[in-house]
Amino acid sequence: MNYLKVLFNGIVKENPTFVLLLGMCPTLGTTSSAINGMSMGLATMAVLIFSNLIISLIKKLIPDMVRIPAFIVVIASLVTILQMLIKAYAPEIDKSLGLFIPLIVVNCIILGRAEAFAAKNNPVASIFDGIGMGLGFTLALTLLGGVRELLGTGHVFGLELFSDSYGALVFVLAPGAFIALGYLIAIINKIKG
Amino acid sequence: MKKLKSTWYNMAIVLTLIAVIAGAALAYVNNMTQSVIAEINQKNEDQAKKDVLCTDEIKINSETPVEIDGKEFIVYNAGEKGCAVKAVDPKNASFGGDLTIMVGFDPDGNILGYKVLNTNETPGLGAKAGEWFQKDGRGSIIGKNPNAGELAVTKDGGDVDAITASTITSRSFLRAVNAAYNAYRQSLGRGPLPTDGQTGATQQNN
Repeated sequence: MNYLKVLFNGIVKENPTFVLLLGMCPTLGTTSSAINGMSMGLATMAVLIFSNLIISLIKKLIPDMVRIPAFIVVIASLVTILQMLIKAYAPEIDKSLGLFIPLIVVNCIILGRAEAFAAKNNPVASIFDGIGMGLGFTLALTLLGGVRELLGTGHVFGLELFSDSYGALVFVLAPGAFIALGYLIAIINKIKG
Repeated sequence: MKKLKSTWYNMAIVLTLIAVIAGAALAYVNNMTQSVIAEINQKNEDQAKKDVLCTDEIKINSETPVEIDGKEFIVYNAGEKGCAVKAVDPKNASFGGDLTIMVGFDPDGNILGYKVLNTNETPGLGAKAGEWFQKDGRGSIIGKNPNAGELAVTKDGGDVDAITASTITSRSFLRAVNAAYNAYRQSLGRGPLPTDGQTGATQQNN
């Protein structure tokens, strides 16, 4: 198995946001700015790598009919542990990211990759899939957050490009999320051909 | 090794085992982080008391718990430097659940400063409350005195600019500030502020 191929699969060919259209809820909800999108993406990636690894390791022990509840328990525990560790040892990150962490449990990318990849492949490939999918998700969310922040407030990553009095506030709000995401998906599918 | 068959026996055993292991892992991490988290929260609160009273060194003379609408407020009396009040929105009607703030009043009841301790507001929108109402913010409440009339957003006939696109958060925040002021008055033995009962805020939030 070509690990590099697995890695790039998640970033371009099967990008979770732009191609698989998985995890739309956190995608739309947390991308009000580029930094928020990136934070959510990175936190998701951390959980995704570990959940893929663990599920790949125990896949033989889980009877098929109860695999979904088993995966969910593993994922929810990982997220809760991550949240407690961040709260205790990285309070600065907790301040900016704290709200997003519990949301990761219900991110269908994680369950989707557990089901579609980790439950069928070896642990090393699963880690690479986690990294690839995580990066793809992070890039997509950063891009979407950046576009929304720019059009809505004139800033990107806190850098002022034009005054926020010219910004179209709708892009920071929910309708703008749908509009921006729709256009991004169209553009990216056009480029990919 | 062959994959386990989906028999009742296997499924029950596997699910129980996973739940037990997950539970044990969570308990272990919780045990490990609990005291550290409590310490950080305490430190944040201590720092917040100093920040909202605009001072580096404070001595808390007394801590008075005050109950308003079933919610607990704590008034930290720092003598001539004023009082810091830990407050929540008594209606608990902000956008994302609990909104806990610390507000500082000077001995005349003027607002010296505030700090948001705990919030689940939307990042980029309601979460701006941490800066918006500060001295250099667009909707500054610093120096205002709730004695001269409850604080309210302009939409409700008040004179505080609400956070753009986050009126619910702004209203909730100002309710918490007003309640903090009442808690502060009560801790000094004065009754709650007489409300006119007909402000825009009360009407719209009924």
